[in-house]
Amino acid sequence: MAWTRKILRVNLTAGTCTPEPLNMEWAALYLGQRGLATKYLAEEIDPKVDALSPGNKLIMATGPLTGTMASTGGRYSVITKSPLTGAIACSNSGGFIGNEMKMAGWDMIIFEGKSPKPVYLYLENEHAELCSAEHLWGKSVWETDHLLHNAHQDPQLRIACVGRSAEEGCLYAGVINDIHRAAGRSGVGTVMASKNLKAVAIRGTRGVGNVRDFKAFFKATQAAKAVLAGNPVTGEGLPKLGTQVLMNVINEVGAMPTRNMREVQFEGANRISAEAMLVPRESDGKPNLVTNAACFGCTIACGRISTIDPKHYTIANKPEYMGANGGLEYEAAWALGSDTGVDDLDALTYANFICNEDGFDPISFGATVAAAMELYEIGAITKETTGGIEMKFGSAEALTRSAELVAKGEGFGRELALGSKRLTEKYGHPDLSMTVKGQEFPAYDPRGIQGMGLTYATSNRGACHLRSYTVSSEILGVPVKTDPLTTDGKPELVKAFQDATAAVDSSGLCVFTTFAWTLEDIAPQVDAACEGGWSPEKMLEMGERIWNLERKFNMDAGLTAADDTLPKRLLKDAAKTGPAKGKVNELHKMLPHYYEIRGWTPEGVPTAETVSRLRL
Amino acid sequence: MRLTLKLYATLAEYLPAGARDNQIVLELPGNPSPHAVLDQFKVPHARAHLLLVNGNYVPPAERDAASLQEGDVLAAWPPVAGG
Repeated sequence: MAWTRKILRVNLTAGTCTPEPLNMEWAALYLGQRGLATKYLAEEIDPKVDALSPGNKLIMATGPLTGTMASTGGRYSVITKSPLTGAIACSNSGGFIGNEMKMAGWDMIIFEGKSPKPVYLYLENEHAELCSAEHLWGKSVWETDHLLHNAHQDPQLRIACVGRSAEEGCLYAGVINDIHRAAGRSGVGTVMASKNLKAVAIRGTRGVGNVRDFKAFFKATQAAKAVLAGNPVTGEGLPKLGTQVLMNVINEVGAMPTRNMREVQFEGANRISAEAMLVPRESDGKPNLVTNAACFGCTIACGRISTIDPKHYTIANKPEYMGANGGLEYEAAWALGSDTGVDDLDALTYANFICNEDGFDPISFGATVAAAMELYEIGAITKETTGGIEMKFGSAEALTRSAELVAKGEGFGRELALGSKRLTEKYGHPDLSMTVKGQEFPAYDPRGIQGMGLTYATSNRGACHLRSYTVSSEILGVPVKTDPLTTDGKPELVKAFQDATAAVDSSGLCVFTTFAWTLEDIAPQVDAACEGGWSPEKMLEMGERIWNLERKFNMDAGLTAADDTLPKRLLKDAAKTGPAKGKVNELHKMLPHYYEIRGWTPEGVPTAETVSRLRL
Repeated sequence: MRLTLKLYATLAEYLPAGARDNQIVLELPGNPSPHAVLDQFKVPHARAHLLLVNGNYVPPAERDAASLQEGDVLAAWPPVAGG
């Protein structure tokens, strides 16, 4: 069964930790992690609740394959209502906390209410205890991790926590686990901090058993690992170069959002790329990249471990940043680099370290700095506003100083911490916020990759690439090549990606496996582990059910079809260079048909027939 | 004719010594095909999975066509992905 069939309910108001059985009827429909936790959240909270009030809940959820021998089976997700968007939030992370939770005997943890004082949850197998975190409040992620390991004298303790940015109300703060893995998007860490919950520390020694058919599971997982190893992307490309290899690809195809998405190609792309991370530095002869890294059970190992040039201005007299730590991945490198016009690889690495150290999303942060730079350029804000920072495009100093301020909730950092939507509204230029539903864009300009426009506009958690990564097809040719500059067939493509991704995100596996795996590879692993007859078709139907459940949550929260749109810049201002020169995103050609094939009304509401068919 | 060849990721090893920023400018006779240019640097066709001319994708069936023009930028990658 792979599920432990047990969840832990933590009432922070009352200070209680109560085990309860997993709802297996829901598990049969939503499997685990993203899907199942969304079902719990939708059933248990009023979607209109203030995301930062005690009425919101926060769920940490594993999938049935989390902690098993399946490749990449270390994933967990944090599900809550987002304070950044007002929509559903589901943020997925790797590392080792998910498998540890499962090995302690829990499928998920539901946090409700608000503790009167800062606490952390200590969970050792069946022992669950809320402990005082007053001495941890005001500490960074790195300090918290160190102090908890020391306090419990257990080097194998796995810790997920929030940093100072979350405590100070940054609306895009994440939950960081294992020092530098992040449930990073949509402000899930902000919700955690609003509950006075500083950390979750877990030690599990029970292993993960109860696999339905162990022989079949062994066979299915071994076969699937062979597929990953034999695929040139997952077997060679991602381990060697990481996601950062996309920097030059996306720049060449003219879909690199640059300087707050005014342009689609960045002249400094190669200087902040995966290739640049391999070039030895003049100062010490070493490259930025130290090694790759893997999360629990992963046979891909796309993670980056980096160092900063010891002579770089950012780390002068700061020994805490001189060692190796979580390095740049593509989304962070783009947001901190191309979108701000900064091509200083070490400055980006430093800003990325700060994002990890104090737990905030580098995508939303970088894009908000980019919006501030445009506000500064047009004179809507000045050095008086920024506390003396010359917020110019291309300024590494402005970027790194901004990161330091957001980390601690100081000065102009308090305004940057609210995201670009609120920042640009405050200074009278809301059109300069490159967001959907209040969440900042990832690294693909939808003028050059048309399907990504529909992906962003319809994403249930606001602008996001991980809800439907049509870049795979439109640019990389996986599973089949489609033309990025046309809208033909894109509604079908987006829907297929959205549904399949929701299924993968509910299994405990990493979505990066889908560069090699299809549901034909994933379903046999799930089916061997779990009761229920999990065919690829059933997985896909479940993905569609999850997508519609998230949609329903958002509509009940007050969002409408009017929120399924893009910033005017992307709909009105044509790309100036590259293959997409002269093109805008033609969302209007895709959205009506998308609603139709989703089984939604022209107003974007799931019809009664759709609700019934999906057993919502 | 003059064109720019860019080889990225693990294909960079096929660039001659001294190439900077993953690229080299070439002077070539006629209008060579993308594959003909790659052949000059012994890049196996199978490894040049993603092939762009001026940022536009070149399908495998068109990679032997003598299509390159003055000033074109030919860029190639092995199978890569990210996210």
